[in-house]
Amino acid sequence: MSSSEPTAMERFINGILPENPIYRQLLGMCPTLAVTGAMKPAMTMAVSTAFVLIAANLMISLIRRLLKPHLRILIFTLTIATFVTITDRFLAAYLYEMSKALGPYVPLIIVNCIIISRCEICAATQGPFTAFCDGVGMSLGFALALASLATVREILGSGSWFGIMLLPKEWPHWTIMILSPGAFFALGLLLGLANWISRRRQEAAARQANEPY
Amino acid sequence: MDTFVTIVQLAIAAAVINNFVLHYFVGICSFLGVSRRIDMALGMGLAVTFVMAIAGLLSWVFTYYLLRPFAPLPAWVWHMVGGDPGVTIDLSVLSYILYIFVIAASVQFVEMYIRKFFPGLYKAFGIYLPLITTNCAILFACLEIMKQLQDPTRLWGLGEALTLSIFGGLGYTLAIVLMAGIREEMDRCDVPRSLRGPGISLIVAGILAMAFMGFAGVDRAIETTFTVLMKK
Repeated sequence: MSSSEPTAMERFINGILPENPIYRQLLGMCPTLAVTGAMKPAMTMAVSTAFVLIAANLMISLIRRLLKPHLRILIFTLTIATFVTITDRFLAAYLYEMSKALGPYVPLIIVNCIIISRCEICAATQGPFTAFCDGVGMSLGFALALASLATVREILGSGSWFGIMLLPKEWPHWTIMILSPGAFFALGLLLGLANWISRRRQEAAARQANEPY
Repeated sequence: MDTFVTIVQLAIAAAVINNFVLHYFVGICSFLGVSRRIDMALGMGLAVTFVMAIAGLLSWVFTYYLLRPFAPLPAWVWHMVGGDPGVTIDLSVLSYILYIFVIAASVQFVEMYIRKFFPGLYKAFGIYLPLITTNCAILFACLEIMKQLQDPTRLWGLGEALTLSIFGGLGYTLAIVLMAGIREEMDRCDVPRSLRGPGISLIVAGILAMAFMGFAGVDRAIETTFTVLMKK
């Protein structure tokens, strides 16, 4: 392993906030927008994606010496498709209602750009342990992003969180937040917020560096 | 006549009411990535439509003859090897892997075609053309077709499958071209610094989605109109 590549720990930390897949890299937008109307489907999606991401990362990392450059992407997608099939059947067997509610978005994990980009960037060049840590870190980052979006949408849209009523009954449900426009608005504004916070922190750091003493 | 009405309804539902991008959120990556200029957006939209039509056709053929429960081909093989006739062969477990193959092959074909006949467009697309393989919208169209072929009592024909994929692709084109037009205008606007780039694009997409919600019910209205016309 060359010294320029990030270590397992760095990969793990990077996935959560500094290179958060949604807010920093803007990858994997379609499940993010589609399943975050409430917390439950969002968390099911996060766990399914985490399983596929970690398993695919491990598998690709184990066969990385056999990969041919021109067939790389196809091998990635086929590996991912296999694990997605496992996830899909598992959900249909044990969480039938949830699998109905998620509908096509479980199979669409196959074309989730996060997983393909992690296979390409990390698993295809580094060992299984690093790839595993990278997968866990990225999944946590993805889960965090899904949770933040779903929290905003569920609380505003139906006044509840994980199905528990939080706001008083008089709360006028912002139905638009559960429908498709609300997903775009919420993600756009949260993205703006994330940018604003990171810019503030950068400015503060720059100011500290320029202090005279 | 009935078939015609169904097809028209299906086409309108796929293109505007349940727009792939703005209602189902598939294909957002390219929707945000390639919508900077109208001509590129149009080219991308048409390429996606083309791939989607080919992939829809192939996936219908594979699903109908091979993958769905009660499909003729595996049933025939099962019969030939002398299997128990009471057993239903259901190969739908293989469908995701097969769809990926179908989509990758269609994209390869479109790439070769564009490189040969439209070299300028090929250069303009760059990385986005091979990335159509991982465009969720195309896999989504295949999955919708698969969903309609699961129930053996009312199967979709090839016509319905093609209508869904072509008009779904046109709906995608419509959304991405509208978005590109708005973004070209937005270059001259004073957008808050934190929202610049993807943030404001997502908010604009939300407004577009809200506008597209106004199309809800158009398909039923068309059905009523046709029934009234038929009676006259």
